[in-house]
Amino acid sequence: MKTVSTFLSLEAPGPRVRVWLDGAPLHLPRGANLAAALLGAGVNTFRGTACSGAPRAPYCMMGACFDCMIEVEGETRQACLLEVAEGMRLTRPGAPGDA
Amino acid sequence: MHETDLAVIGSGPAGMAAAAEAAGLGLRVALFDDQPRPGGQAYRDVDRVGPMRGAVLGPDFVEGRRLTAALDDPRISHLGGAGVWAIEPGFTICYSQAGEARLLRARRVLLATGALERPMPVPGWTLPGVMTAGAGQILLKQAGLVPRRSVLVGTGPLLYLFAVQMVRAGINPAALIETQTRGDLARALRHMGGLFGGWGYMTEGWRLLRVLQRAGVPRIVGAHEIAIEGEDRAEAVRFRRGGAQHRLPCDTVFLHHGVVPNPQAARSLGLDHRWEPRQQCFVPVCDAWGEAASAEGGVEGVFVAGDGAGIGGARAAELQGRLAALRIAEGLDRIGNEECDGRAKPLRRQLRRELAVRPFLDAAYPPFAEALRPDDTTMVCRCEEVTAGEIRRAAAQGCPGPNRLKGFLRAGMGPCQGRVCGLAVTQILAEATGQSPDETGYFHIRPPIKPLTLGALAALAETGEAAGTDKTAPGQGDAA
Repeated sequence: MKTVSTFLSLEAPGPRVRVWLDGAPLHLPRGANLAAALLGAGVNTFRGTACSGAPRAPYCMMGACFDCMIEVEGETRQACLLEVAEGMRLTRPGAPGDA
Repeated sequence: MHETDLAVIGSGPAGMAAAAEAAGLGLRVALFDDQPRPGGQAYRDVDRVGPMRGAVLGPDFVEGRRLTAALDDPRISHLGGAGVWAIEPGFTICYSQAGEARLLRARRVLLATGALERPMPVPGWTLPGVMTAGAGQILLKQAGLVPRRSVLVGTGPLLYLFAVQMVRAGINPAALIETQTRGDLARALRHMGGLFGGWGYMTEGWRLLRVLQRAGVPRIVGAHEIAIEGEDRAEAVRFRRGGAQHRLPCDTVFLHHGVVPNPQAARSLGLDHRWEPRQQCFVPVCDAWGEAASAEGGVEGVFVAGDGAGIGGARAAELQGRLAALRIAEGLDRIGNEECDGRAKPLRRQLRRELAVRPFLDAAYPPFAEALRPDDTTMVCRCEEVTAGEIRRAAAQGCPGPNRLKGFLRAGMGPCQGRVCGLAVTQILAEATGQSPDETGYFHIRPPIKPLTLGALAALAETGEAAGTDKTAPGQGDAA
């Protein structure tokens, strides 16, 4: 999985916890906004659209656009409204490859 | 079912100030927010921001702690991570929290649901790596993330503020590509009266521009034919300025050409709306206290404060929240009419000062014309992947407005329920049919206005809490 993020973190992040993304482990700052933490970890695509499979990623970060939808424990959720918790199981609906 | 005096939907500046004011006057308040922590977008997660991030974001951001601190009142319950999916007259607030659907009765409702970014459909705007400027600010506020190689595209003072915050963080944006023209500025100078009223904002604006100039951040003014290029993610911004075409490589593109009221909750309650030509958006029809005009057969006792009632910014929102709280307390006999008017007077004076600069800003930074009239191949509804051309063809085939368009193209029927494309759909249809935006109308917004699992809904029915089965509720079980 690519880990080079297009974002830099201003501060040293706090303690990290392990989550699972498409079955692979990923270490994210505990309690951080999930969408932000995934972007910070170099996850650039969150899903493929149901209509055409086109790649999407967070657009509004405020719960309006639903482009950051990701499956958390099998339930479709908006990543920008959640906080990172130990052991979260995340899957990307229809996401192509490891982008 | 639990009961409270006032339900406030949204814990940004308007909602927080209203909650504190109402609680101070003896009302029990439930303050809902879909984010886990109070602050709204203006003061997103302000309580968890350390000194370094605070210095990058500036004093106007850290100032929000005054409002979050005031929520520490036994009469206020802050319901974080709570998505309000229906508001039924009477009122029953239906919400989801921690995976469970719950109900709360409230005597009054204040909508403080803030603003959304104005939709900016330009070619390539759905690519990963393209975000709103508001989203970029949230990443900085909430996560301390700064984009390595970014371009800011659009218009408005928010772009300057965000660019300066990046400069302070030590990573300059590659450029600001601005869509307003020198002519817009000249026209805006007609609003000189407002300029003097809003002097603080003007000097702040000049200060921001000086910082950008000293940092060597290039500004391109009057850009057009803007498109974002990339295969699976944003790789560059292409634009034209004068005769010449330019291409700027980048990883992240931030779009912004103003914000508009978030209409979902107000529309779902059937509040009357009117087109506001200066701000080019719909606003709910309210009196000077923020009380919504009751349409025929419509609900009463709904208030709207902050950007959701018309764009005025964070400081205006706070004042509007307090004004609404005063009127609500008066209506519930907590204060008398004279005390209400007396307390409102200084707030109204401040509010006039806060709003004085708006006519100038609206004229100086108008929406990007090409994004209001996207070319035929540009995607407008991101969820259902509907292009501007398809919308125009539907209009040519006789589709008169947004709600009929749903039948033609499913536009506005995806998960975002039209939050992103709604205004663009109205404006494209209005232009295509030659009708005004008021005649064209807007998507009907129906509950649930936030995602709700069937399991959560079923569990609600089993406990006998569903609105239709509860004897104390107004007997409308059709919300779900």
